[in-house]
Amino acid sequence: MKTKDALYNFCLRLADNNLVLGQRMAEWCSRGPILEEDLALTNISLDLFGQAETLYEYAVLLKEANITADDLAFLRNERQFYNSLIVEQPNGDFAFTIVRQFLYSTFARLMCEALMNSNDESLSGYATKALKEVKYHFRHSSEWIIRFGNGTEESKNRAQFALNELWRFTDDLFVMNDIDHELISVGISFSLDDIFGQWNFAVQEVLREANLFTPERFNVIKGGSNGIHTEHLGHMLSEMQYLQRVHPGAKW
Amino acid sequence: MVINNIVSKEKVWELLSEIPDPDIPVLSIVELGLVRDVEVISESNVIVTLTPSYSGCPAMGVFKDDIITALNSSGFCEVEIKISLSPAWTTDWMSDVAKEKMRAHGIAPPEKEPESELRFARQKQVTCPHCGKQETKLVSRFGSTPCKALWYCDTCEQPFEYFKCF
Ligand SMILES: [Zn+2]
Repeated sequence: MKTKDALYNFCLRLADNNLVLGQRMAEWCSRGPILEEDLALTNISLDLFGQAETLYEYAVLLKEANITADDLAFLRNERQFYNSLIVEQPNGDFAFTIVRQFLYSTFARLMCEALMNSNDESLSGYATKALKEVKYHFRHSSEWIIRFGNGTEESKNRAQFALNELWRFTDDLFVMNDIDHELISVGISFSLDDIFGQWNFAVQEVLREANLFTPERFNVIKGGSNGIHTEHLGHMLSEMQYLQRVHPGAKW
Repeated sequence: MVINNIVSKEKVWELLSEIPDPDIPVLSIVELGLVRDVEVISESNVIVTLTPSYSGCPAMGVFKDDIITALNSSGFCEVEIKISLSPAWTTDWMSDVAKEKMRAHGIAPPEKEPESELRFARQKQVTCPHCGKQETKLVSRFGSTPCKALWYCDTCEQPFEYFKCF
């Protein structure tokens, strides 16, 4: 695999994570449990959309073909999306959304920290910028996890339920394929094995403080970075891409 | 030619200083530190390098158009806008004058905060932009735009926005 193709694909993977999770968070708009959280969830969504846009723009540059960032977001099918499985899982209740955010943001934070050292200037620039925002998301979701776990029986149960449900998707975050191997060999990316330990440590630390249990690994599924998804992504895309599919080329 | 370009460069900065930030119209995009560089290629061709405050800042699209319009109408028919991500934008680039204008506009300017990773960290009290007292509390870390948080002043009993230290 050529480095440039690998980098293009890698940008899509990073961007798709942001876009898909951003879309999920946007689904909360006007439905937040309280006004402040409605604002928080949609602000996080906005950050994620912005990060996705930056990466899609970079991918377009690498491709040197007549495509736009919008084409990448709105005209690919689910098998051409490379996001991790956890971000496409439906929102569930507030606890479920926050647990998903927490598990993902912990990963995204480590990813950004590592990519800041990439020898690809655009990627390291992206990571430096995104890290500032991701730290906010990480902190916001961590604080909620701790409140849930030490709150009422109800909040604790819901958080634990979400954790049990989502745990099987977390291995998928660390799956590597040919793209990773190529990019690691040229110093653009790094081995995801390197951050797995740190991820585990950071997650356990918050769960301990929240008095929540680390679930058993059970029914683990993987495949996001190879374009193999759960049934939820297609449904999400059909809603998100509706306008461009029905009115191709429509602009604001 | 070289001298001309220097003159033009100053002119471009001047024009850019008149473009307001859509969210905080009392401040220009230059005062907020969003314009990183101006490169005059010829009498009619200029490259403006911007750095986004927040990745998803919707205001960016608005003032990109404003820049092109303003420069076009001053004879620069070819305007290229470049985006620079590194070094990442920080509120440290905002001048004291800009911060004072912000306060006068009713938005509390950024103050040094504890590292954003510390959970439940109490940040030092933000000064109320209305009455100048420090008996204030954080309502929400997220506000009407990505750059602002919601605060409440216990003294004048007014809500206010705070421009996050970033
Ligand atoms: Zn006051």
